[in-house]
Amino acid sequence: MPDFSQLFDHVNRISPDATTDEKSSPKAILIPAQDLLKVCADLHQSPDTYFDMLSCLTGIDNGVQANTMDVVYNLYSIPFNTHLMLRVLLPRENPVVDSVTSIWRTADWHEREAFDFLGIKFTGHPDLRRILLPADWEGFPLRKDYHHQEYYRNIKVEY
Amino acid sequence: MGLLDHKFENGGIIITKADDLLNWARLSSMWPMTFGIACCAIEFMSTGTSVYDMDRFGIAPFASPRQADVMIVAGTVTFKMADRIKRLYEQMPEPRYVISMGSCSNCGGPYWQHGYHVVKGVDRIVPVDIYVPGCPPRPEALIGGFLKLQEKIRNESLKAPKAIERLLENQKQHA
Amino acid sequence: MPTDSIQYKYKPSNLAESEPNKFKEENLRSEEMIINLGPQHPSTHGVLRLEVLMDGEIIKDVVPHVGYLHRCFEKHAENLPYNQVIPFVDRMDYVAAMNSEHVYAMGVERMLGIADQIPKRVEYIRVLMAELNRIASHFIAIGTYGMDIGAFTPFFWVMRDREHILRLLEWASGARLLYNYIWIGGLFYDLPVGFEDRCSEFIKYIKPKLSELEKLLIENDIFIKRTANVGVLPLNLAINYGVTGPMLRASGLRFDLRKVDGYSVYPELEFTIPIGEGRKGTVGDCWDRTWVRMQEIHESVKIIEQCLVALQGEHKRTKEFNPQAMVPKKIRPQAQDFYIRGESPKGELGFFFRADGKTDVPFRCKGRSCCFSNLSVLPEISRGVLVADLIAIIGSIDMVMGEVDR
Repeated sequence: MPDFSQLFDHVNRISPDATTDEKSSPKAILIPAQDLLKVCADLHQSPDTYFDMLSCLTGIDNGVQANTMDVVYNLYSIPFNTHLMLRVLLPRENPVVDSVTSIWRTADWHEREAFDFLGIKFTGHPDLRRILLPADWEGFPLRKDYHHQEYYRNIKVEY
Repeated sequence: MGLLDHKFENGGIIITKADDLLNWARLSSMWPMTFGIACCAIEFMSTGTSVYDMDRFGIAPFASPRQADVMIVAGTVTFKMADRIKRLYEQMPEPRYVISMGSCSNCGGPYWQHGYHVVKGVDRIVPVDIYVPGCPPRPEALIGGFLKLQEKIRNESLKAPKAIERLLENQKQHA
Repeated sequence: MPTDSIQYKYKPSNLAESEPNKFKEENLRSEEMIINLGPQHPSTHGVLRLEVLMDGEIIKDVVPHVGYLHRCFEKHAENLPYNQVIPFVDRMDYVAAMNSEHVYAMGVERMLGIADQIPKRVEYIRVLMAELNRIASHFIAIGTYGMDIGAFTPFFWVMRDREHILRLLEWASGARLLYNYIWIGGLFYDLPVGFEDRCSEFIKYIKPKLSELEKLLIENDIFIKRTANVGVLPLNLAINYGVTGPMLRASGLRFDLRKVDGYSVYPELEFTIPIGEGRKGTVGDCWDRTWVRMQEIHESVKIIEQCLVALQGEHKRTKEFNPQAMVPKKIRPQAQDFYIRGESPKGELGFFFRADGKTDVPFRCKGRSCCFSNLSVLPEISRGVLVADLIAIIGSIDMVMGEVDR
C-alpha cells in the first residue's frame, strides 16, 4: 500500500513543480494545470498506484480578491485502499483546464456541473453544457460575486 | 351513503337542487394527477396506500392530465420545471383545482433565502385553491386539505362557474 | 406578502430555449424518432427527463436531462453555519435522511477533532437510526420497482411495513420523513423510554414479512423474466463511471464502505456483504441489484438486533446522559480541505468541505451524491434494449432526484 511520500515521489517524476498540502484530509498534491492529464493518466494506469475511481470533482471559487479558482480531484484506489487529493489552481478570469473524461467517465457529469456553477471550461470534454440549470440561465451561481437575475421568464426570482 | 338512503322512501325519487347534485358528484370522486416532485411526493404516496387510504374519499391517482380533476403540486417548484407545470395545468379540462402541498410550493419553503433556482410559491405560475402547510405535511394534513377542497366545491354554484367569474374579475380590474 | 398574482405566461418557444434536446430533428435518419419521457411520468421516480432516440421500439440512445429539482444546496451551505445546514442535508436524499445526516455530522466532527469523544451510546443510536432508514429506503426501492414492472401488491405491503418504521422514527425524533435528529456532536434527543422494546417487536414482526415479499416479488417468474439479463453492468465499466452501492455490489465487487472504512461502531458489529452472483441471469443485471437490496435488508435487521442488545446492556440509558453534551457551541474548524464518505442506501455519499478557519460558515461544501454517478451510467447500459426494458433499468438504479439535483 503506497503511503503519501511514495505517491508524491511518483507524481513528482512526471510533474516537477508539484507541491503538497499536508493539512487536508486526504493529503493533497498541488499540480500545475498543464500537467494534469499526464499525471492522472499515469496514476490511473501505473501498477503501483492504480487509482481506478474518481470519487469527487469539485470546483471552488476563491473570491474576487484572491482571483483564483480551484479544481479538486478526490481519487481512490480500490485494490490499495488509498485516497489522494489532487488540486489545480486556475486564474479566475478565464479558467480552462484539461478534461479527465477520457480516463474516468465519472468526470463527464461532474465537469459539466463545475462548468454550470462556476464557468470553468474543460477542453476535450465531449459535451460541455449546463446540466442542472436551464440552458438560458444567466450567470454562474456559485461564484462569490453572483447576484441572481431579477426575472426569469417573467417570474420574480426574489422571495 | 347514509344521507341518500333516507331519501328513497318516496319510491325512488330524489329531489335536490342541480347545484348540490353536481357539486356532490364532483367532490365525491376527485381524481388527482400524480405530480410528485420531491419529498412531499413520498407522503402523497403514503396517503394513497392502505394505512391512510385516500381511496375511501373517492380520490384515486391518475396519471394523465386529460382525465384528472385536481393537480397536487407536491414538492419544490424550480424554474426549470415551471414550464411543465403551466403546460400540464392548461391541459387539464375544467372544472380543475390545484392543491399546493408542502411549504416549498406554498411559498418557497426552506429555500426562500438563497434558493436562486426555486420559484417562491407555485401560485406565481398557476392559481391555487388550497394550501396545505407542512414540511412534509402529514398524510392526515393532506386528507384535511382534500376535505377543505370538498367544502369549497360544495359552495360552488352553476350560475357563475369559475372561468366566467375570473373573466368578470379581470374585466373589473382592467376597467 | 410574496405575491398576489400569476406572473407566468406560457410561450411555445420557451422549452426549446431552456431545455434543448441533444438530438436535432434535421439529423434523424428516416426510421428514428425522438421521444420524451418527460419530467412528469409515473415511472421516472421523480422529475427526470429522458430524451430517447428510438428505432421503432429499440432504443438507440438515451440522454438523461436532470436539474428539475435543483434546490441550491451548495449555495445554502455557503451562507449558513455548519449546524444549520443539517435540514438541507436531510432534504437531499429524502427517503434516507438519517444516513445523509450521519455522514455530514461525522465529517464536521472529524474536522473539529472531536470525533473520538462522542459517547458510545450516541454512536449506537446513530447506527440504529441509520439502519432503520436503510430498511425504509430499500423498501421504497423494491416497492416502486415492482409498481413500475406492474406488480401493485408488493408496493402496498411495503408501504404498510414502512409505516411502522416511520412511526418509530417519529417517536424518537418528532418527524416522519425529514428528521434533523443527528446533530454535530450528538443527537437532538435521547431515545424515548420503551423504544428498544417497540423496536424489538418490530423486528420480530418484519422477519416473516420479508420472506413473504421475496416469495411474491423477487422469486416471481414474471419479475425474473422482465429483469434477468436486462441492463447488465460490467464491473470495470461500473468502477470507471463511479458507480457505488448496491449497483456496484451487484456487479460482483464486495465493496461496502461500512467494512472498508470502518466508521462509527460498525467494526464492532457482525454482518456480511451480499454481492450479485448472477443466479437468474448474468452478473450485474437488474434482478441482481434487487436481490442485493433484499439481502441488505436482512443484514440491516441483524445489525439492528445487535445495536438493541448493546443499547439495553452495556450502554443502557442513565439519568445523567445528555445527548447534546458534546455539541459544540461554536463550530469553527481550522482551515483545511476535507473529504468524508459514508455508505448510504444508494451508494457512496460524500461531502467535500473547504473550511477557511475564520468563520463558522463553510467556504465550500459539495455533496458528492451517489445517485448522480449512478444515473450517468444509464446511457451505456440501455443501448439496444426495448422501451419496457428501459423502464426496468431505470427502476433498478433506484435514484432519488433530490440527491441527483441537490
